[in-house]
Amino acid sequence: MPRSKRQVWLTFIALGVMLALLPFVVDFGLGRSWLRIMDLALLYVMLALGLNIVVGYAGLLDLGYVAFYAVGAYCYALLASPQFGLHLPFWAVLPIGAAVAGLFGVLLGTPTLRLRGDYLAIVTLGFGEIIRIFLNNLNAPVNITNGPQGINQIDPVSLLGMSLGKTHQLFGISLSAPHQYYYLFLLLTLLVVFISMRLQDSRIGRAWAAIREDEVAAEAMGINVRNIKLLAFAMGATFGGLAGGLFAGFQGFISPESFNLMESVMILCMIVLGGMGNIPGVILGALLLTVLPEALRYTGDLQRAWLGHVVVDPSDLRMLLFGMALILVMLFRPAGLLPSRQRKRELVAEGDVAVQEQASVYDARR
Amino acid sequence: MDIFVQQLINGLVLGSVYALVALGYTMVYGILELINFAHGEVTMIGAMVALSVISALVGNGVALPGVVIALLGLLAAIPACMALGFTIERLAYRPLRNAPRLAPLITAIGVSIVLQNLAMLIWGRQYISFPPILPQGRHQLLGASITDVQIVILVTSVMLMLVLTLLVKRTRLGRAMRATAQSPQIAGLMGVNANTVISLTFVMGSALAAVAGVMVSAYYGLAHYYMGFLLGLKAFSAAVLGGIGNLAGAMFGGLLLGVIESLGAGYIGDFTGGFLGSNYQDVFAFFVLILVLVFRPSGLLGERVGERA
Repeated sequence: MPRSKRQVWLTFIALGVMLALLPFVVDFGLGRSWLRIMDLALLYVMLALGLNIVVGYAGLLDLGYVAFYAVGAYCYALLASPQFGLHLPFWAVLPIGAAVAGLFGVLLGTPTLRLRGDYLAIVTLGFGEIIRIFLNNLNAPVNITNGPQGINQIDPVSLLGMSLGKTHQLFGISLSAPHQYYYLFLLLTLLVVFISMRLQDSRIGRAWAAIREDEVAAEAMGINVRNIKLLAFAMGATFGGLAGGLFAGFQGFISPESFNLMESVMILCMIVLGGMGNIPGVILGALLLTVLPEALRYTGDLQRAWLGHVVVDPSDLRMLLFGMALILVMLFRPAGLLPSRQRKRELVAEGDVAVQEQASVYDARR
Repeated sequence: MDIFVQQLINGLVLGSVYALVALGYTMVYGILELINFAHGEVTMIGAMVALSVISALVGNGVALPGVVIALLGLLAAIPACMALGFTIERLAYRPLRNAPRLAPLITAIGVSIVLQNLAMLIWGRQYISFPPILPQGRHQLLGASITDVQIVILVTSVMLMLVLTLLVKRTRLGRAMRATAQSPQIAGLMGVNANTVISLTFVMGSALAAVAGVMVSAYYGLAHYYMGFLLGLKAFSAAVLGGIGNLAGAMFGGLLLGVIESLGAGYIGDFTGGFLGSNYQDVFAFFVLILVLVFRPSGLLGERVGERA
């Protein structure tokens, strides 16, 4: 724990230098494909932080979060690709995508205000599937989304007249496309982290915590439950849309495949695994779950080293190992790897009370 | 009118399979308040095991009537799935009984991923076809046709649902299950071993899932390592639609979802002047689900559930 202000600053600077140098280290040590994985990991951090607002802060279990990611991505793709022949600038497209996604958040939130828990989960899940099915089928009779083929040749992100799709020389350093996207994503991720941090301790954040813990009591204390819930949905969706737009620009190609239910589930896993409601935990979860399945590709080399030849194709094996890892982590750390301090305090101080409460909830349920 | 009857029949057949799977979700939910996300995968494993046995018998030229071979496949699938259900509960859910609510949900997802990929490793990525051993007869009914397989599916499902209802309503075990669902602690004080009851619930749900898996693969003539996912999703939707935790609700929800889906797929083209086609079938199911839940948040047959912490 840094004690003086000086130490805090030193820590920040060290962290900043590390984050700035990281892409070069990764590019040099592990190769270009890992740099792209890191870019994706940053996108997932944004997504996870967005979902964390809905699930972690406000306690609204959302299993259709990827719908907003899809809306952001498709907005970007439709406004900046040969699909409609539109090539609007990045700074117009990204906010539009985020705003439309936010609108969809309100659209989902409004009819579901009365629902909670598993009913809310299944409705959001249905919503996500509906969006995906529409994206999949809106190619006839009028071709909007190009159906299952997806949209190609999306314009790369372009900043200050410089397209991030190409390699640039900057101060004598050659920056490839993944390098440039890394810095852009890093900046935006830091922005999302900052907003999340400020939200948590704001009036709104406290209102979210209140409705998460007890909606009836929160309402009695004068919190406008409806507006505050809608705000959570809208803000989470906006972050999702933002990440979606960036994904479309980064990837240059999107299809409904990328936005299936498993993706929503994965993002939920990230925040639960890392520690719900806790920003460092959510970031850790997102990074782990993006990097882990990729790292498990190396099981092929391990098999060769131990058994002499590849018995099982590593790409077949990695999801299996990944599923096992999910189970094991939950069995040994059910509150996540880095549980939120506030929740931990509640759990430690009232351990026995919690058990009793659960028992009485069981009774009251019927 | 013919189309209507035909789609109604198809819907009821499909819906009865959804209902069988939905029962597994709802029984587990009733007792543990846990969405057993891996339940769809249990269904898939049931179909795969049965198909392996059936293919092996057919491939080796065993001279038995097709129905008997199919039954042997089913008889292999049921205990396999029961053992699987038991193991899942023991390893993945029981240690998390008192953990935060989302933790068992994540292990359930983990189990589902593991089972899917295990199945992929064992049976491969390709579709496996159901050998044409079942009678292919067609019967006319009110201007529509119904196949032998459809009749068997409907009759079996309805019988199983009746048996399960009687079991829960009339037997000691059923009473123990209902007591545990009310309050595991107090049921324990009354001499009910909650752990045994929960294990048995999983085992029973998995047996139903095995039957459903075999029936659905016989109906479509195909099985695939990924088939459990959407089936599970629909069945869970059906359970929620009827009011989760409620047995009659799951059956009703399953049948209703099947009918809505079939009718939707049959008529959506006419309604929208050909703008939307039958590829929107799945939208229908989810859309109706959302509508019902918005207007009746506890499901069609569910009672109002108090707020849970």
